[in-house]
Parts: sequence; structure tokens; C-alpha cells
Amino acid sequence: MSTPFYVSPQQAMADRAEYARKGIARGRSLVVLQYADGIVFVGENPSRALHKFSEIYDRIGFAAAGKYNEYENLRIGGVRYADLRGYTYDRDDVTARGLANVYAQTLGTIFSSAAEKPYEVELVVAEVGVEPEGDQIYRLPHDGSIVDEHGSVAVGGNAEQISTFLDQRHRDGMTLAEALKLAVQALSRDPNGSEREIPAERLEVAVLDRTRPQQRKFKRIVGRQLARLLEADGGSAPTDAPSDIEDDEGADSPTSTTDVTKSTDSGGDVESSEE
Amino acid sequence: MDFLSDHSPEMLPGNRNLPPLHGAIEAPHGTTIVAATFPGGVVLAGDRRATMGNMIAQRDIEKVFPADEYSAVGIAGTAGLAVEMVKLFQLELEHFEKVEGAQLSLEGKANRLSTMIRSNLAMAMQGLAVVPLFAGFDVDRGKGRIFSYDVTGGRSEEHGYAATGSGSIFARGSMKKLYREDLTEQQALTLVVQALYDAADDDSATGGPDVARRIYPIVTVITDEGFRKLVEAESSEIARSILERRLEQPDGPRAALL
Repeated sequence: MSTPFYVSPQQAMADRAEYARKGIARGRSLVVLQYADGIVFVGENPSRALHKFSEIYDRIGFAAAGKYNEYENLRIGGVRYADLRGYTYDRDDVTARGLANVYAQTLGTIFSSAAEKPYEVELVVAEVGVEPEGDQIYRLPHDGSIVDEHGSVAVGGNAEQISTFLDQRHRDGMTLAEALKLAVQALSRDPNGSEREIPAERLEVAVLDRTRPQQRKFKRIVGRQLARLLEADGGSAPTDAPSDIEDDEGADSPTSTTDVTKSTDSGGDVESSEE
Repeated sequence: MDFLSDHSPEMLPGNRNLPPLHGAIEAPHGTTIVAATFPGGVVLAGDRRATMGNMIAQRDIEKVFPADEYSAVGIAGTAGLAVEMVKLFQLELEHFEKVEGAQLSLEGKANRLSTMIRSNLAMAMQGLAVVPLFAGFDVDRGKGRIFSYDVTGGRSEEHGYAATGSGSIFARGSMKKLYREDLTEQQALTLVVQALYDAADDDSATGGPDVARRIYPIVTVITDEGFRKLVEAESSEIARSILERRLEQPDGPRAALL
């Protein structure tokens, strides 16, 4: 019987980190930016069916770079966690911090468990506040650490270069069109410094918009609304302008389907669900 | 819900061990819910009274809730259990939508509610029944639809109008004489408030419009634009105009004899 070679823990961890980083770097980058009315998610995604961004809860959105099956698994776990929390306690008791901690635990456990391969994913969990000061963005690298980000964050292949670019140009109180334009600029830069064009149909864009009257603030921006924002040339463009093509997830309900959940508790709040 | 039953089964309605019981439990009960379809949508309305035996437990209870964007559920029966059931139902529709990226079909929603009522059967046998009325706009077929249930979870689609709860007999009689297939949205809204008035007229457990306390029925409408609950100003106007006419004709509008 052969004796396995001794591998120092430092070396083993370094190898695993290297493996995960390479996997993540193969994927396309995505960026998450704060703007005046919320948080915008922008990424290059040729697929219309496999989303990189999704809604977790009323105010919480999720973005992921890396391997689809692995982050989809984490996303569904997050939705379950949030829905169970919200049902057990109250919708206000579901927070991005709590969710980010659960993700950190999961990723950390998988990363250090010798039996499993590390997940090749990097996540962003964002929560939009009532005021811009209340916005929270957490970045979760493959090893289970949490980084509290402000203003802008990039994950995926070319993340470092893009973050530097964004850090220099991002400022507080940008309009959605400005933030979107900056994000697209950042994503179009190749590692070798050259620029390429990303057509609108290859962009996946979603927002957490604090001005939405509904309780669920997550909304995908698609079709003509996206084209209009891209053309808006940094001018002010209303986020909740009527869009001709709505997302099929139905997140854009005319009245909130959810804020009545609260009035079921109190039983007496007659006008709470109408805007 | 499947996740919930694996993870915390004790939180599911109907999943509780009850001690053997002697006599009925006294718990607040919700009373009358009515619904009617019109070309382009469906209206669902409920009175505001909850009773406990011969007492009025609550004057301003809300018994009609949006289930999601295109459907709503009105509850009659044990209020506590019913509200919890609706909460779980709402959660389940939202959860499905987020995980799958698409909404359930209206039939799918109706079936799911059926299973939830059936799981409450043991409680129903002890007098804690929950009997909702489910109404929604079927996006695929482009029309409003109503589903009624019995305590065992039996589901049946109703055509035109439906009512549930203790005052349902009177409400149904009222709508039977007033309903027409070509109602406008506004007429359908008036119809359901008339039916609730008639139910309150003859059933002690159903509350009529309370002008002094400004408590009016909860009236909701679902069309292709989604769910909308009438604000108090709108529902009070309908209730007041009906009340005004009833001062002259206490029994309400008369249908033709032949």
C-alpha cells in the first residue's frame, strides 16, 4: 500500500484557491453599482434563460459570476432562506447581512472541506435601503469571506481592472442612465486595454429601485426600456417609466402583492396596499 | 412548502396534534365572501365582521387578500387558521415565481389551495373549518375565473358568481336575481356590494356597511392589469349609493317577475 504524499495545509489551500480563481476568471465579469434611486446590476450575458442576477427578497438582489449550476444552487438556497425567515418572523427581518453570512458559511465550509471541490463562484448580495445611506453591498469570494463594498463592485474574469476603472469614475447620486453607461464602459474594456462593443441584447440589466411603490423592489430592465436608457446619454431617465416589454418573472406587479402580508398581521390597515 | 414541510413541519397549517376535544372551540370566524365575473375580469369582496359564537369578535377584519399579481383569495371560516393559510399560500406563489422564474398557472394556484385546505381536514372536523373563495384573472385565457372549495378541499369552478360563508345563501340568492353576463366593471362592483348587503340583512353573522364607524366592505377587482383593491373612498361611495336606494326600497332592486 502506498503512502500518500504529504501536502502542507498552506499548499493545499493555495491550490484550491488557485483552482477556484481560475474557474471564476473564465466567466464574464459583472458589475454592481449604486445610483441615486437604488442599485443597478449590469453584466454581459448572451443567454436569456440563464440569469446572472435575480431577486432574493423584497429589497435584496443576488448576482453571481462563475459556474452556473453552482451559483444557481446557492441562489435557490438563498431564496429559501429568505422566504422561510420572512414567513417565520416578518418581511422586514430578512436582511442582506443575514443572507451574506449564510452564504459565507456555506462557501467557507465547501472551500475547506477536503472531500469536495471548491465552488468556482463569486457572489454579490445587495440590499437597497429606504435612503441611499441604507444601501448595502456585500461581495463573497469563493473562500467564504465577506467584503463590505461601497459604491461599486465588480466580480468575474477581469474584476480587478474593472473595479479600478469604476472606483475612479463612480460617484454618489448618479442617475440610472449614467450608472448604466459607466457600467457598460467598464465591461467593454478588455484586459489588454482595447475596447469592444457590447450590443444591448447581450446585456443583462436589473435594478433594485427604492422608488418602486411595490414592496418588491427588484426589476429586470429589458427590451425597449434598456435601449432607451442606453441612448439617454447620461441624462435623467425615470426608472419606472412604463416599459413595453416586461420581464416574465412578473416582479412588476401593478399593486404590491406582498405588502398586504403585513396587514394580515394587523388586520385593520385598510389603505395600506393602495398607492 | 415542500421545503417547509421538510425543514420545519411544525409550521405547516394542519400539522398539529390536538388534544381530544369536548364541545366546540370558540374562535373568531369570518363570514361572507362573494365574487362575480364580468367581461375582462373578476371582482371579489367580503364583509368586515368576525364572530365568535353570538358575539361580534371584530368589526373591521379584512378577509380578502391578494394571492399574487393576478389572483386573490377571500376567506370564510376560522379566522386565525385562514389568515395563516393565506399567508403561506402567498409565500408559496412568490417562492415558486422566484425559483422557477415564471408564475404558476391559475389552475395550478387553485389546485395548490385545494391541497392546503385538505390538509386542514382534521381541524375542520373539530369545527375549525377554512373555506376560501379563490378568484383570479387567467392570463392565458384572458378572462376572470372563480373557484370555490368545500372543507375537504374539493374544488369547483363557478361560472358567473359565487359566495361562501354563513351569509352565502342570501348573497347567492341576491346575485342570482341581479347577475347578468354583460356587466361592466362598475356594475359588477355594485352587484357584489348589493349581495353583501342582502347577506347582512338576513344573516346575523355578516356585517353590513357601518356608516357611523366608516367600515365598508373590502372590494377588490382583478383584470389584465392585475389586482386592485378599492380605496375606502370608492367602496364607501358604492355602499352609500346602495344605502340611499334602500331607504326607499329596503329589500333592494326588484327583478322582473317573468
